[in-house]
Amino acid sequence: MYERERGDCGLRRRSTSRRVSVASCGARVRSPLPSERLGIMASFLRSTKLVSKLTQGPTKCFSRNYADQMNFTFAAANQIFYANKNIKQVDVPSFSGSFGILPNHVPTLAVLRPGVVTVYEDEGTSKKIFVSSGTITVNEDSSVQVLAEEAHPIEDIDGSAARQVLQEAQSQLSTASGDVAKAEAAIAVEVAEALVLAAGN
Amino acid sequence: MMMISKPTTMAVCLKSAATGQQQNRNMATLKQISMRLKSVTNIQKITQSMKMVSAAKYARAERELRQARPYGEGVKAFFEKSGATEAADTDDNNKLIVAITSDRGLCGAVHTNVAKTIRNELSAESVESPQSKVFCVGDKSRALLQRLYSQNIAVVANEVGRKPPTFLDASKVANELIQLDFNSGKIVFNRFKTVVSYQTEEVPLLSAKTMLAAPKLQLYDSIDQGVMESYQEFTVAALLYYTMKESACSEQSSRMTAMDNASKNAAEMIGKLTLTFNRTRQAVITRELIEIISGAAALE
Repeated sequence: MYERERGDCGLRRRSTSRRVSVASCGARVRSPLPSERLGIMASFLRSTKLVSKLTQGPTKCFSRNYADQMNFTFAAANQIFYANKNIKQVDVPSFSGSFGILPNHVPTLAVLRPGVVTVYEDEGTSKKIFVSSGTITVNEDSSVQVLAEEAHPIEDIDGSAARQVLQEAQSQLSTASGDVAKAEAAIAVEVAEALVLAAGN
Repeated sequence: MMMISKPTTMAVCLKSAATGQQQNRNMATLKQISMRLKSVTNIQKITQSMKMVSAAKYARAERELRQARPYGEGVKAFFEKSGATEAADTDDNNKLIVAITSDRGLCGAVHTNVAKTIRNELSAESVESPQSKVFCVGDKSRALLQRLYSQNIAVVANEVGRKPPTFLDASKVANELIQLDFNSGKIVFNRFKTVVSYQTEEVPLLSAKTMLAAPKLQLYDSIDQGVMESYQEFTVAALLYYTMKESACSEQSSRMTAMDNASKNAAEMIGKLTLTFNRTRQAVITRELIEIISGAAALE
């Protein structure tokens, strides 16, 4: 899905971080600006001699991107999925919108919403894991921690049981009295809806 | 251990009493020794089975701890990398200390060490204005701190330690904890090292305000008050879960060692008592024989 090639990785990263926050993305993105790269491409067309001088910069940058390690930890209270592993990418659902994390992502904090976390491993395989709630931390040294309250691979979710949970949650919501009980029931419905959705995939 | 070391002195008294006393007293001592022997044997049976139970519980706790460790490391990683911990250290008033213990005793110095760390912390403060609040998880820490620092104790959570801690337990504690108003704090717990060793450590507990004041927070993207509050709440729960797991594991391993020692001591006592018992019995027989023979000799 996200085949990473030399040319577009910078762009891709920009787009992911832009999805996180539109306002403050420009200054913090570390990869070269596309205009720079376009300039280099143009020079490539003009003269190969120039390229030999100019490529030093970009190659360094690309090699840095290639050697980038993403120190990824994904743990839930019930199970550990990744502990300081290196992966290609991870897509996470958060309350500020779903977003993908590649190595060298802008440092950020976010809160997980119920949904499916997709992990693209180094070997090219991808894993889908349902999470109920938790946190996402991206630190400046490119280490990523996804901590969930509870998480299960979506293969393990029973679709009919999930639908039953949803029904129960909905009936609870309709009978709930008081603000706290209502909020709790609403959360239960939200989780159950996400669960049914995840089981459907 | 204390329970068992007391009878040893008793046995010594009995021994001295047994040798230089009269016959009818000797019979009584013999009975006393056999009763003591029986009770120590019973105690040994109890400690042995307690050891077996805690060994099984320890195996489970250790397995679960291995799962919880990366979880705790993950939470701590942000604290360290954002520099939030240093920011919290400068802010000294309105602190909260969480003591992670359990309701159960007979497990060595696990709970005492936690209480001692907190006591040292509290004794450094001025008496007239109790600044630090203490949140006791487990009845043992409350019992240990109550006498001197009862006004510092804010909340006590009990029914801890009977079953392995779950995330739900941690969330309940976290829920209570968040309602307390604090600037900075820490969790004091026992970090499990090996079966025979643990270390009393503390992890920082940060309020959303302190987290927002972290020196490197400018680097982090898309943070607002709401996200930070939710993040902090979950972080507190996750940290509590991790520390409770660590503490539970150290407690079980410590109990295992304590009960092992108790069984060994009991076995030693049984050996000594059996020896005393046999010697006393022999002494009684010999004395009776001497009396019969000397009586017969007097008749001749």
